[in-house]
Amino acid sequence: MFEIIENLKAPWPWYVAGTIIGLIVPALLIIGNKTFGLSSNLRHICAACFPANIKFFKYNWRNEFWNLFFVGGIILGAFIATNYLANPNTIVINEKLKSTLINFGVTDFNHLMPAELFSLNSLSSIRGFILMVVGGFLVGFGTRYANGCTSGHAIMGLSNLQWPSLVATICFMLGGFIMTNFILPFILQFN
Amino acid sequence: MTMSNNTQATTEIKLDETSACINHSAKKETIFSLLKYTVIGMLFGIVFVKAEIISWFRIQEMFQLQSFHMYGVIGTAVFVGIFSVAIIKKYNIKTLQGEKIIIVTKPFSKGQIYGSLLFGLGWAMTGACPGPVFAQIGTGLISGFVILASALLGTWTYGFFQEKLPH
Repeated sequence: MFEIIENLKAPWPWYVAGTIIGLIVPALLIIGNKTFGLSSNLRHICAACFPANIKFFKYNWRNEFWNLFFVGGIILGAFIATNYLANPNTIVINEKLKSTLINFGVTDFNHLMPAELFSLNSLSSIRGFILMVVGGFLVGFGTRYANGCTSGHAIMGLSNLQWPSLVATICFMLGGFIMTNFILPFILQFN
Repeated sequence: MTMSNNTQATTEIKLDETSACINHSAKKETIFSLLKYTVIGMLFGIVFVKAEIISWFRIQEMFQLQSFHMYGVIGTAVFVGIFSVAIIKKYNIKTLQGEKIIIVTKPFSKGQIYGSLLFGLGWAMTGACPGPVFAQIGTGLISGFVILASALLGTWTYGFFQEKLPH
């Protein structure tokens, strides 16, 4: 038993993670006829807390309560994994990426998110503000405009062989490539 | 959603075509029965952290083609998902409550191009999608709340301007 937990603490390989995530699709369908998709939670939270008489937020969000329970589980699971199944070793990062980041003064490779960019303190730096606030805004705005995110389009939509979801997935990736390769090096200069 | 489905609905909700997520089970669920989604969510949250999917570094590696990891995760998930949905359709598998399984299909709109590009930019900046942002909070990352609040503001802003945006 002890050995099993020790093994679970090492980073999980892609095929284990991918299989579990893929199985969430039929699991949700079978246990309650629910379609996998997480970005709609952002809409439900807006509808529940700040509807402001906007038509887009006028619907019965209580009907989608299951998804907020699902998200609650994600928070709990992440807490459990961080506190009881934490990887005792430092995270393995591509050497080339490491040296690029060191050039920008990012040297915290002990966490999943580098502290120089994503700590509360770095929120007062220009780059920290842009990454967290502007980046977060784009995630919320973009996913709703796209009517789905990585789970709703890339996983659920593709699982159901819908071509609009393939278009969306290609555009997600394209946006990511543009940001990481062309815009991010510029943003990271503003410490 | 077809028109006939809309008119048959007994609830007062008017589903607009951009609705991302529609609850298809006609059966009301109690708080206790909703906890089953929390259990699945927990498994998802553990995978997010243990496979380092919520790591900003993994996302950078993906977009710089420096690592196969994220492609492996998404590729396997899609493969397993396609296989599962095909089996559900072929054998007409019902839900545990005995209902017919309904999968929402999303009609194409140009918003999927504009919105997806914008989301891609944000994904590479924050290292977070709308699922992982909650997992980031679960790991104890306080600034995850800042990212979440910004994402909520983004969604709210979309709702505010929805009718004026090209779709």
